[in-house]
Amino acid sequence: MHVPDGFIDIPVSAAAGVVAAGAVAVSLRGARRELAGAGGHGGERTAPLAGLVAAFVFAVQMLNFPVAAGTSGHLLGGALAAILVGPYTGVLCISVVLLLQGVLFADGGLTALGVNILLMGVVTVVVAYTLFRALVRVLPKKRRSVTIATFIAALVSVPASAVAFTLLYAIGGTTDVPIGTVLGAMTGVHILIGIGEAAITAATVGAVLAVRPDLVHGARGLSAPLKLRVDGELVDARPEAAPAPAASPRPVLFAGLVISLILAGFVSFYASANPDGLERVAADKGIDKKVEDHAAADSPLTDYGVGTIENARVSGGLAGVIGVGATLVVGTGVFVVVRRRRGETAEAEQESVRG
Amino acid sequence: MTSLPPPAAVPPSLDVRGLAYAYPDGHQALFGVDLTVERGERVGLLGPNGAGKTTLVLHLNGILAGGAGTVAVAGLPVGKQHMAEIRRKVGIVFQDPDDQLFMPTVREDVAFGPAAAGLRGEELEKRVRTALDLVGMTEYLDRPPHHLSFGQRRRVAVATVLAMEPEILVLDEPSSNLDPASRRELADILRSLDVTVLMVTHDLPYALELCPRSVILSEGVIAADGRTQDLLADPDLMHAHRLELPFGFDPRAVTTGA
Amino acid sequence: MSTGHAHKLYRHGESPVHRLPPHCKIAAALCFVLVVVSTPREAVWAFGLYALLLGAVAAAARVPAGFVLRRLVIEIPFVAFALLMPFLVPGERTEWLGISLSVPGLWGAWNILAKGTLGVATSVLLASTTELRSLLLGLQRLKLPPLMVQIASFMIRYGDVITDEMRRMSIARRSRGFEARGVRHWGVLAKSAGALFIRSYERGERVHLAMVSRGYTGTMPVIDEVTASRAQWAYAAALPFSALAVCLLGWTL
Repeated sequence: MHVPDGFIDIPVSAAAGVVAAGAVAVSLRGARRELAGAGGHGGERTAPLAGLVAAFVFAVQMLNFPVAAGTSGHLLGGALAAILVGPYTGVLCISVVLLLQGVLFADGGLTALGVNILLMGVVTVVVAYTLFRALVRVLPKKRRSVTIATFIAALVSVPASAVAFTLLYAIGGTTDVPIGTVLGAMTGVHILIGIGEAAITAATVGAVLAVRPDLVHGARGLSAPLKLRVDGELVDARPEAAPAPAASPRPVLFAGLVISLILAGFVSFYASANPDGLERVAADKGIDKKVEDHAAADSPLTDYGVGTIENARVSGGLAGVIGVGATLVVGTGVFVVVRRRRGETAEAEQESVRG
Repeated sequence: MTSLPPPAAVPPSLDVRGLAYAYPDGHQALFGVDLTVERGERVGLLGPNGAGKTTLVLHLNGILAGGAGTVAVAGLPVGKQHMAEIRRKVGIVFQDPDDQLFMPTVREDVAFGPAAAGLRGEELEKRVRTALDLVGMTEYLDRPPHHLSFGQRRRVAVATVLAMEPEILVLDEPSSNLDPASRRELADILRSLDVTVLMVTHDLPYALELCPRSVILSEGVIAADGRTQDLLADPDLMHAHRLELPFGFDPRAVTTGA
Repeated sequence: MSTGHAHKLYRHGESPVHRLPPHCKIAAALCFVLVVVSTPREAVWAFGLYALLLGAVAAAARVPAGFVLRRLVIEIPFVAFALLMPFLVPGERTEWLGISLSVPGLWGAWNILAKGTLGVATSVLLASTTELRSLLLGLQRLKLPPLMVQIASFMIRYGDVITDEMRRMSIARRSRGFEARGVRHWGVLAKSAGALFIRSYERGERVHLAMVSRGYTGTMPVIDEVTASRAQWAYAAALPFSALAVCLLGWTL
């Protein structure tokens, strides 16, 4: 979704730039509070954690899906950043990623930096974190709830960003492509991407939660009452805690995986450029310097080329027709299923999804 | 063989009292550590895995704090108001030199600490050269650290800390992954330094070779404190704290040159 | 601040452009793109002149044309979009080789292609003549908030760590007979992502502790002062100012 130079007209780009700068300024202040909230030695660790999240987001943003009548689509990482390091630091992380991508890899125009930060940093983080907080409050106070809330927050944040893009495009697009077409294609494909985003985000947060709960900003409220309540069992809580969270992302992931299986043919149609996911893509785009054989075997740009030939083919013929209908139906289906699963037990639901 | 008792006016390089600490996840690692290291002493900190050695080390320069007890370095309490000073005085050489060396050249890496303390230009350059001279790595000044051998990297790591002219040098497993020659070279370097040393290690012969005195940290407390040779020669004590000498090694048969 | 090796886009060289202080280059690149984007699309010749200006920079930096062109491929997704525009955009139509094309669509496609390509080419030139570490120093000198510089430095540092861990885990997976092929293996990859995160974090945490132990407080200490002379600023400013002249001509003609 990296918007290039000259895509959105100057006034709107400038306005977006001002808003983005404001958001970054607010985030800088807020991040300082988040650092303070971490307390003592924790504060010193937040910057490296934020850096890691940024590097991670950088990696997942390279899962590029060609989008029919829009630009390229990919995982956004806003939800991951918000939940792991908090919303303010999260906005900063994404902004840094976008800045370096623009300067270093020419991904996203320099003059469109404001637009990009607004869409991929601010919108995703705000939507994901608001939803996440609300869900954590409603759901029972368990680790699994955090994982489920993460899944849903990540799932929704991606199409939200796509809708925001369409809005900006409607106001300041340099060319009048019918807005309906843009909206349909963008939202459709981004719901799909949202599923991938949700799976990766939930798995990551779940895994971190299991091993180092102190690193998850979004679970801070969770750990305090837990300790107080099981005061006497504190010693037992540790060994017991380890296996439980390891299992917790499984049901949600499983649902995502089953849906993904059904969609396999459909998605691979889009995602053919980067079949083996994260590692391949990171190798491709130059984060990777050590996996020489890999990088040499298929250079980043060939991969991009493949993706876009695919894109041209897809867009030339279908122009997002498939995207709109099918993905909306399936995406909403997943959404409903996941929503419904919240209160019930995981095992029972796995059956229902299978059946 | 044993260090002379220092004059009473000089505060000890390290003074730890009643230090206890639990991690945010509830796991408690230290249960009241008392340890005093006088200026110029070389002390071995021995202990099994999970005894709290690393946790203790991270308290010495205030990276971890917030539990009970106090730590003082050269009479200066470790706390928020003297943090920069404390971090300059306590030089920690971490176990993996790859964690310690992160700049593009040896020179920049060694300069990192003093530059962070505000040194610039001529003075900074002099510090870097002196530190590299001490470990015999001056000729590698402009090489990238990751192109050096493991033993050389460890020596550069020691230099990065020496450049800060610390009050006390804390070494975490200095002999791990070193071949016998590098191991001996490092021992020679450490012996030649005129600085207080606290050496955290599993390598008991190395502790015996370098440290006249040792303490055993076990289950979060100092379980024993005495002459290294005496500690190592006490099989019951060693067994109780999961410490084992290499096969065939007899500490009583060794004459230490330390 | 990565362990010394330059990033993939960097092309080692000793040209006057390489030697310019990074903050001058970043500022020049940004101003140039700004000027390009604000040029009216009808001034077709102006974009030709911009391309010539960039060509001159490339020549001064001794970056071969093929190098820049190959890296322009990153833009292809947008090219595809631009190529669709003449078909999708409503409005006045024109005939070309028997195909009906929309005139505003053609202009829109041209607009995106020209401005986008020039923008990408500028970034490519900047990245190929500036080392990663100096880029960060440049951003720091351009008053990017220290916290963001810090996050960026750690991000680059972790890029190496993540890659390294990723390679190890991939070897471990492959030696147990797992090959990721497409969407069906998302589950495994997603779980790997979580493990990767923790492993990278714990390694990076140790690096950070080592830095903090040597007095790191959030900003990289200045070891070699980088200052820009007036001549260097003037040299860097040549690009955006010539572009500005072209742009003004474009508006008046």
